[in-house]
Amino acid sequence: MCKDKPIMERREFLRNVGQKLPVWLTALTVMTKAEWAFSETSDYNPEDHDYAMGVDIHKCIGCGRCAAACKKENKVPTEPFFFRTWVERYQLPIDSDAIVDSPNGGIDGFPDDGKDINALRSFFVPKLCNHCVKAPCVQVCPVGATFTTKDGVVLVDNDYCVGCRYCIQACPYGARYLHPEHHTADKCTFCYHRITKGRLPACVEVCPTQARIFGENGHKSSPLRRFLRFNDVTVLKPGLNTQPKVYYAGADGEVR
Amino acid sequence: MQTFLLNAALSTTGATGYIYPNEYELHWGLLVVIYPYLTGLVAGAFILASLNKVFNVTALKPVYRLSLLSALAYMIIAPLPLLAHLGHPERSFEMFLTPHVNSAMAMFGFVYAWYLAVVLLLEIWFDYRENIVIWSREKKGLLKYFYKALTLGATNLSPKAIRFDHKACHIITIIGIPSAFLLHGYVGFIFGSIKANPWWSSVLIPIVFLFSAIVSGIALMVLVYMVTCMFRWKHMNMATLNKLAEFLLYAMIIDFTLEGLDFIHRLYESEESIHILSEMISGRLFMSLIVTQILIGSLLPMISLAVARFGKFPAEMRRIIYFISAILIQVGIFSTRWNVVIGGQLFSKSLRGLTVYKLDLFGLEGLFMGILLLCLPIAILWILVKVLPPWEDADNRPNKDVVEA
Repeated sequence: MCKDKPIMERREFLRNVGQKLPVWLTALTVMTKAEWAFSETSDYNPEDHDYAMGVDIHKCIGCGRCAAACKKENKVPTEPFFFRTWVERYQLPIDSDAIVDSPNGGIDGFPDDGKDINALRSFFVPKLCNHCVKAPCVQVCPVGATFTTKDGVVLVDNDYCVGCRYCIQACPYGARYLHPEHHTADKCTFCYHRITKGRLPACVEVCPTQARIFGENGHKSSPLRRFLRFNDVTVLKPGLNTQPKVYYAGADGEVR
Repeated sequence: MQTFLLNAALSTTGATGYIYPNEYELHWGLLVVIYPYLTGLVAGAFILASLNKVFNVTALKPVYRLSLLSALAYMIIAPLPLLAHLGHPERSFEMFLTPHVNSAMAMFGFVYAWYLAVVLLLEIWFDYRENIVIWSREKKGLLKYFYKALTLGATNLSPKAIRFDHKACHIITIIGIPSAFLLHGYVGFIFGSIKANPWWSSVLIPIVFLFSAIVSGIALMVLVYMVTCMFRWKHMNMATLNKLAEFLLYAMIIDFTLEGLDFIHRLYESEESIHILSEMISGRLFMSLIVTQILIGSLLPMISLAVARFGKFPAEMRRIIYFISAILIQVGIFSTRWNVVIGGQLFSKSLRGLTVYKLDLFGLEGLFMGILLLCLPIAILWILVKVLPPWEDADNRPNKDVVEA
C-alpha cells in the first residue's frame, strides 16, 4: 500500500508560515494601535461619570418648555401619548383627594378650567425616566436591549429591541412608550448625545427657572452636589427599591 | 387648534382620573391574553395524561393519548400570539442567541423548547413507536414512507425494545409533571414578578396560574373527548367521564380557594393600591371578573359538577351537565387570563386613574386574529389524530393489554 501524500509538506508549511505570519501580525498590530489611537484621542471616558438629575419643585412654573424641547430635540412623536418627559400639575383641595393632570404633557401650559376646587396648595412636578440604579426595565429585557451605560444612563438599543414591551410594564413610573414608527421601546436618555459632549440635556437647557439641575453623583464641582446639599430630597416610589437617580426637592407625599 | 384636537383625542380614550401620558396606549392586548390561556391548556392536558401514566388512574386511559396530542396541538400554536405581538418578530431569535439571563421572559424559549422537544414529542414518540412501526409495515404508498420516517429508523419490535419504550415513556412522564408545572408556573412568574404592578405582583400568581391551567386542561379534555366520541359515533365511557369530572371538580376547588385567598389577602392588607383596584373591580372589571370569571365560570360549573357527579342522575343528563360545565369553565378561565393581563393595565401606575381597552376587529392584535389563533390548535389536533389515531379501537399493537398491565 502506498502512503498517502500529505496535503502540505512540512518544508512548504514552514515557508508559508514564514511568509504570511509577519503580514498578519503587522495587520493585527495596526488595527489594535488604531483602536488605542481612537481611545486616546477621545478624551471622554464614560467610567469617570455618573449622571443624575435634581428637580426643584418649588421652582417649576409649569410652562412645559422642557417637555416641548425634549420632543423637538429627540424627535419624539407629537401625539399626546408619547413623552420622554412631561409635567404634572398637583392641586390639593382642602377636603378631598389630590387632583392631578397633565394635558398634553404640560407642553401647552395648564389652562385655568375655571373650576374653584378650594385648593390648599398646588404645584408642578416634571417627570422623566429615573435612570434607576436597580432599573426594573433593564432587569426584565429579554435580549438586553435596555442596558445601563458605564456613565449610569439607562438606554435602549433600537437595533436590538424586539418590541415585547415587558420593560414598559416593568417601569413603575410610566416613563416608557413604544415608538410608533420604530416599534421599539423609547424613553429619556438624559440627551445622551449631548451630555457626552459636555452639554446639558435639552430640558435642562431650556428651563427658565432652573428647576432642573443636571449633574453627576460623586463630583464635588457638579451643580447636583450643591442641590443635594441644600435641599431635602426624595425619590419617587422609594419602597420599590429601584434606587432612582432623579432627586426631587419639595415633593409632597402625594407625588408618585 | 392643535390643543383642541389633542384634548379631543384624549377625551375619546375613555380614561378617568389621572393616568401617566404614556399609559393611554395599552401595551399587552388580546394576543397576550391568548398566550397564557393556550399554555395553560397544554400544561393541564399533559398533567391529566400523566395521571393515567404515573398514578395509574386506569379510568382515564381512553383520554391518555388524546390528551398528549391535544397538549402538542396547543403547544405548537402557543408561541404564535407572542410572536405576532412583538414590535420586531424578526428579532425574536435573539432571545435564544443572546438571552439576558436576568429576564424572566428570556427563559421562555428554553422552557418552551424543553417542554416541546424533551417532554411532549419524546413521550408521544415512545408511546406511539410500536404503532408507528406496524403502520409503516401495513400502510401502502406514500403513507408507508411517512410512517417509516416517523420511526426514525427504530423498527425493533422485540419484547425487550417494547419494554424499553414503556420504561422511557414512564420516566419522561415523571420528568414531564414538574416540567408542566414549570411551564405554566413560569408564565405566571412573568406577571407575578413585576413589582411595578400591584395587580400582578403576587407570589400566588404562578400557583394560581398553575391550578387554573390544570382546570382548563381537564375541561378541555372533557370537551375534546365528548366531541370526538360524538363525531366518531362511539359510546362515551361513563367511568372516564365521571373520573374527569371528579378531577375537574377537585382542581377547581383548589384553584378557587387559592384565588379567594389572594383576593382576601389583598383586601385585608389593604395597601396603597387597594382604592384604585377596588374601583377597577367594581367598574371596569365587574362583568369579566365578578360575573364571568367567578359566577358563571367558577361557582356555577363547580356546583353543577358536584351535583351531577355525586347526585342521582341518568347518564345522558350527566353528560349534558358535564359538557355545559366544561364550556363554562373554558369561558371562565379565558376571562381569568383576560382579567390578569388586561386588568393589570386598566389602572394607572400613578394609582389615580383608570383607562379602557378597545379591542380592534382587524389587524394583528384584532379580534379575528384572536379567533384564528384559538381555532388553529383544533385544526392541528384534527391533523394529529388522523396521523396518530389515539383511539383504543385504532390501537394495532398485538399485545397492548399485556404490556400495559
